Amino acid sequence: METGLPARPGSGSGVGRWGRVPRAEGAVPAVAMGSEPGGCALRPFSCELGPLGRPDGSAAFLQGDTSVLAGLYGPAEVKGSRELYDQATLEVLLKPKVGLPGVFEKSREQLIRRTCEAVILGTLHPRTSVTIVLQVVSDAGSLLACCLNAACMGLMDAGLPMKSLFCGVTCALDADGALSLDPTAKQEKEARALLTFAISSVERRVLMSTTKGTCSVEELQRCIAAAQRAADAVFRFYRDSIHRKYSKA
Amino acid sequence: MAAGFKTVEPLEYYRRFLKENCRPDGRELGEFRTTTVNIGSITTADGSALVKLGNTTVICGIKAEFAEPPAESSNKGYIVPNVDLSPLCSSRFRPGPPGEEAQAASQFIADVIENSEIIMKEDLCIANGKLAWVLYCDLICLDYDGNILDACTFALLAALKNVQLPTVTINEETGLAEVNLKQTNPLNIRKHPVATSFAVFDDTILIVDPTAEEEDLATGTVTIVMDEEGRLCSVNKPGGSGLTAAKLQDCITRAVTRHKEVKQLIDKVIKSVK
Repeated sequence: METGLPARPGSGSGVGRWGRVPRAEGAVPAVAMGSEPGGCALRPFSCELGPLGRPDGSAAFLQGDTSVLAGLYGPAEVKGSRELYDQATLEVLLKPKVGLPGVFEKSREQLIRRTCEAVILGTLHPRTSVTIVLQVVSDAGSLLACCLNAACMGLMDAGLPMKSLFCGVTCALDADGALSLDPTAKQEKEARALLTFAISSVERRVLMSTTKGTCSVEELQRCIAAAQRAADAVFRFYRDSIHRKYSKA
Repeated sequence: MAAGFKTVEPLEYYRRFLKENCRPDGRELGEFRTTTVNIGSITTADGSALVKLGNTTVICGIKAEFAEPPAESSNKGYIVPNVDLSPLCSSRFRPGPPGEEAQAASQFIADVIENSEIIMKEDLCIANGKLAWVLYCDLICLDYDGNILDACTFALLAALKNVQLPTVTINEETGLAEVNLKQTNPLNIRKHPVATSFAVFDDTILIVDPTAEEEDLATGTVTIVMDEEGRLCSVNKPGGSGLTAAKLQDCITRAVTRHKEVKQLIDKVIKSVK
């Protein structure tokens, strides 16, 4: 089931909101479709729900050229030592495109796992396990954010109970302090600082934060505010995708 | 009677204390445990430091070896951190390959080194394209009582300040390196990153420097790493309950004061060694 809904401004009610977001240098951002990727707009994204037959839930999420495939199993049987008496045990496996998973993937897995643990109602399924397998299909910037989005869509596809939804947004700060969202691989390399947030759908709270490079406190607050605004577009996209999935069936 | 209640309902027991704005060990919500640091204790290492944050004990040993610089940046050396959480420090860790927490901590320390630019890798180069220093930083936890990231960052900083590298000259004729162990130079430490960790309770209450029990009961953790210029080197919040931007701002404010405390302590220790 394919939903190719771009989150670009110019496609519906998002326009006015993006138009009001000021850039660091005070200029009004270009809001037209197909303008520079990043800026204060997100790259076009699309998602496919349930592409895989075997897992209980699956989702393929594309952000620009970055693509991640998520497969979910759960609630399922859990091995003796890992069993938790009062809640579900969550496991996340992140498979890079090339090579074996290393320490870097392990730390990313921990970030994604703890974000999902905060959101999934594990107490409804004690002594079970939920396994999320994320396969990186292509990496063109903002990979962690794409993984988070794929994980959330996969969780929705599997029908696991959650307290809120979450989405991943990456912000890049360049040498002048200009902010751009959803950076491409080139923008990430040139950026002075890269901040990735997982924003919850309830009150747009920050569930997860990880930073690379240094930034000032004021820049951090600006990035959080921009990420919270961008999260609106992503959550609208989630709603539309799920709506399409269930309206056809 | 209190011990019985604590075993049966640990979270409720804890909430009773939080309502009075204090914790079972008598600390305020924003108070750190007694921090002590001891440098130069490992004589066989090029630099070492032992840090105690209450009961949490981490020792950092730094060894310097030679290596060829990486192909893509021939004027840089290497810094390789490794955090070891063994069954020695806590029964929650099993023997065998490093678990998730150790790997995540190692990655965190590597990120702090990279983001804060505590040492410029260019300073570790001896001869462009031929020889460079590689600093193996081994952080071993001897006693795990929570807040491992703060202790590791502090131990690493103190140990790096303690490192004495021998002078190396490349002999023009033979092309071999000549090491003069008698003439040593300290490293050029550019920035002093200090980590401050918080535990989040019931989505709203933030407590600083959690113990192992508090970490188990908490619904989330946040670690802020700041340098002396007030710049954020890392805002690490691995999942857990959501925080508003205002709450994060409170964490940052506390992290600024913590930085001053730690900097004073390190300066005092370094001065006492000299």
